[in-house]
Amino acid sequence: MSDYNGQAGDGMNWQPGLRESYIFDRNTIEEIRRAASQGIYDIRGFGAKRKLPHFDDLLFLGASMSRYPLEGYRERCDTSVTLGTRFAKKPIELKIPITIAGMSFGALSGQAKEALGRGATMAGTSTTTGDGGMTEEERGHSEILVYQVLPSRYGMNPDDLRRADAIEVVVGQGAKPGGGGMLLGQKISDRVAEMRNLPKGIDQRSACRHPDWTGPDDLEIKIEEIREITDWEKPIYIKIGASRPYYDTQLAVKAGADVIVLDGMQGGTAATQDVFIEHVGLPTLACIREAVEALQEMGMHREVQLIVSGGIRNGADVAKALALGADAVSIGVAAMIALGDNDPAYADDYAKIGSAAGFYDDWHEGKDPAGISTQDPELSKRLDPELGGRRLNNYLRTMTLETQTLARAAGKSDVHNLEPEDLVALTIEAAAMARVPLAGTDWIPGRSKDGF
Amino acid sequence: MTTATDVEVVDLATTPLRELNQRLHDGAAGGPLRWRIVNPNGAHAVAVGVDAPFEIEIEGHTGYYTAGMNKHAHVRVNGNVGVGCGENIMSGTIHITGNASQACAATGRGGLVIVEGDAAARCGISMKGVEIVVKGSIGHMSAFMAQSGALVVCGDAGDSLGDSIYETHIYVRGSVEGLGADCIEKELKEFHREELGRLLTAAGADAKVDEFKRYGSARRLYNFNIDHAGEY
Ligand SMILES: Cc1cc2nc3c(=O)[nH]c(=O)nc-3n(C[C@H](O)[C@H](O)[C@H](O)COP(=O)(O)O)c2cc1C
Repeated sequence: MSDYNGQAGDGMNWQPGLRESYIFDRNTIEEIRRAASQGIYDIRGFGAKRKLPHFDDLLFLGASMSRYPLEGYRERCDTSVTLGTRFAKKPIELKIPITIAGMSFGALSGQAKEALGRGATMAGTSTTTGDGGMTEEERGHSEILVYQVLPSRYGMNPDDLRRADAIEVVVGQGAKPGGGGMLLGQKISDRVAEMRNLPKGIDQRSACRHPDWTGPDDLEIKIEEIREITDWEKPIYIKIGASRPYYDTQLAVKAGADVIVLDGMQGGTAATQDVFIEHVGLPTLACIREAVEALQEMGMHREVQLIVSGGIRNGADVAKALALGADAVSIGVAAMIALGDNDPAYADDYAKIGSAAGFYDDWHEGKDPAGISTQDPELSKRLDPELGGRRLNNYLRTMTLETQTLARAAGKSDVHNLEPEDLVALTIEAAAMARVPLAGTDWIPGRSKDGF
Repeated sequence: MTTATDVEVVDLATTPLRELNQRLHDGAAGGPLRWRIVNPNGAHAVAVGVDAPFEIEIEGHTGYYTAGMNKHAHVRVNGNVGVGCGENIMSGTIHITGNASQACAATGRGGLVIVEGDAAARCGISMKGVEIVVKGSIGHMSAFMAQSGALVVCGDAGDSLGDSIYETHIYVRGSVEGLGADCIEKELKEFHREELGRLLTAAGADAKVDEFKRYGSARRLYNFNIDHAGEY
């Protein structure tokens, strides 16, 4: 699916009179040809690539006659956030409201996991394990590490539960709510195979349902078990893919979550069917207010913290997510890019595998020229974990500064004081989803008194 | 001073569960080796996360996740257990004298789980190395995506046994209502006869190796093949 229409001028053989179909565009035609030759759906990494209502469709108003701004460089604007204040004996304290999302060892190289740990620790934030268990690289370099409990339970063990700083029960992922996972055989090295108790070289499917609980009532008991095993010390997160955010948020609170991670459909993945990535779930923008209102109705907003992810790229996205009521955000794809994924320096290597820097998304194949989404020892060596860590830290710092800049302009001494009132929408869709007025009007579609 | 023969009795009618589990966790550093837990009354998460070579006897029925993630301990439940008993067990043993509800020993990575009665659906789901002996019958979807280890069933097995199985060895004495995708009957080779014999002895099961059939993976779903797409 692409966004251009009519006489696309960038085609190689285009000449006046050739009109490209809007619905059968080049990507669509190519996909039909590919399906006809291979007989299997396209699997890829990255998040949704189609155009969706997103944070770009919102603007901050900034201070004016009736609002008093803060001085950009001098006046304090806090960014820290505490997660797990509801039940955990040891809540975690992040210096910035941006965390690193769960990305599995297996999908990513050991070096990439180490680089994420280094960068996040420098910036004062957490990283998250992923499907495939906890590695020494990550535990060793990540001061605050969130340990995922996934349906596959690959590598799950009580020692890692106890040495985690927080635990995240993954119910779903924005890229594929209702879907399981797949790590193709070519990425199954000896080490990955051993960590997952499976033979080398075979496709590893991750189940879409947890093996030992089925609904929210069971999950409540499962969480009690995890708390008992870890002596009620650790914050417990529940991660959900955005599909029914209002009800899922309320059920997650009922099930005993300290923190809810809400991942919109733009959320990245290491390997999922393209049809799933592009056609299932709600855009990130459409689910934040639903979740926040669910929390507010239960008197749990800020008591149960909300982490939002799915397409966060810069400080503006962070500030807008916080203004809509999130306590923090989480990043996956952007963190990989900061480490060096899709680096133009590897242009020749991308060309050799039929891709190009800026477009590469076949992360499941394990041939990543940047050495990030691979288990190939030679390719993995290309990523220097120290350098990658520094780059990630720079990027996280930049995003934080940008967030503070926007918050100060709106007169806030803490980025968490941003609120929907600071925002307007550029499109009717965004206004309806984010529940802020269309710019230049007082109209919030679906919310205004006259019923529109 | 406690000695190895002392038994620490904990009454769950008067002791909060939190206190019991905390004492079991702290006890790994020293203290009584034998524990007797009375009046569990269906409590969930009894004796979870134990990481010491204790002998723990539970007198009565328990709820979900009994002895979950057990390491080293030998746990005996004189009663029935709820969902997920011994989930993700790492080592040690869990011996259930009654019946087990769903997902018994789910994702277990080591150790031995013995059920004297029946086990419900999803017994040994996603098992990763644990050994399970059920003297009665097991429910449907048992050993779903089972990765390694062994499941012995002296009675019958429900539908979809071993669906999407990897390398777990399944032995069933009675009937099998149906096999799941990629699960087939396989030859009982010498290695398997030894394994089965060892497990029957360990569980004190009154059954002969020759009475069992073995089931395992046809390995046709190991690498994606479009001709098997309907089975995934
Ligand atoms: C390479 C990669 C691997 C991932 N692995 C996991 C995983 O193991 N578990 C999980 O819950 N989410 C996983 N995710 C999803 C992320 O945790 C997160 O939800 C998503 O990346 C957020 O969206 P963003 O990439 O747009 O920032 C993965 C994402 C990527 C890009």
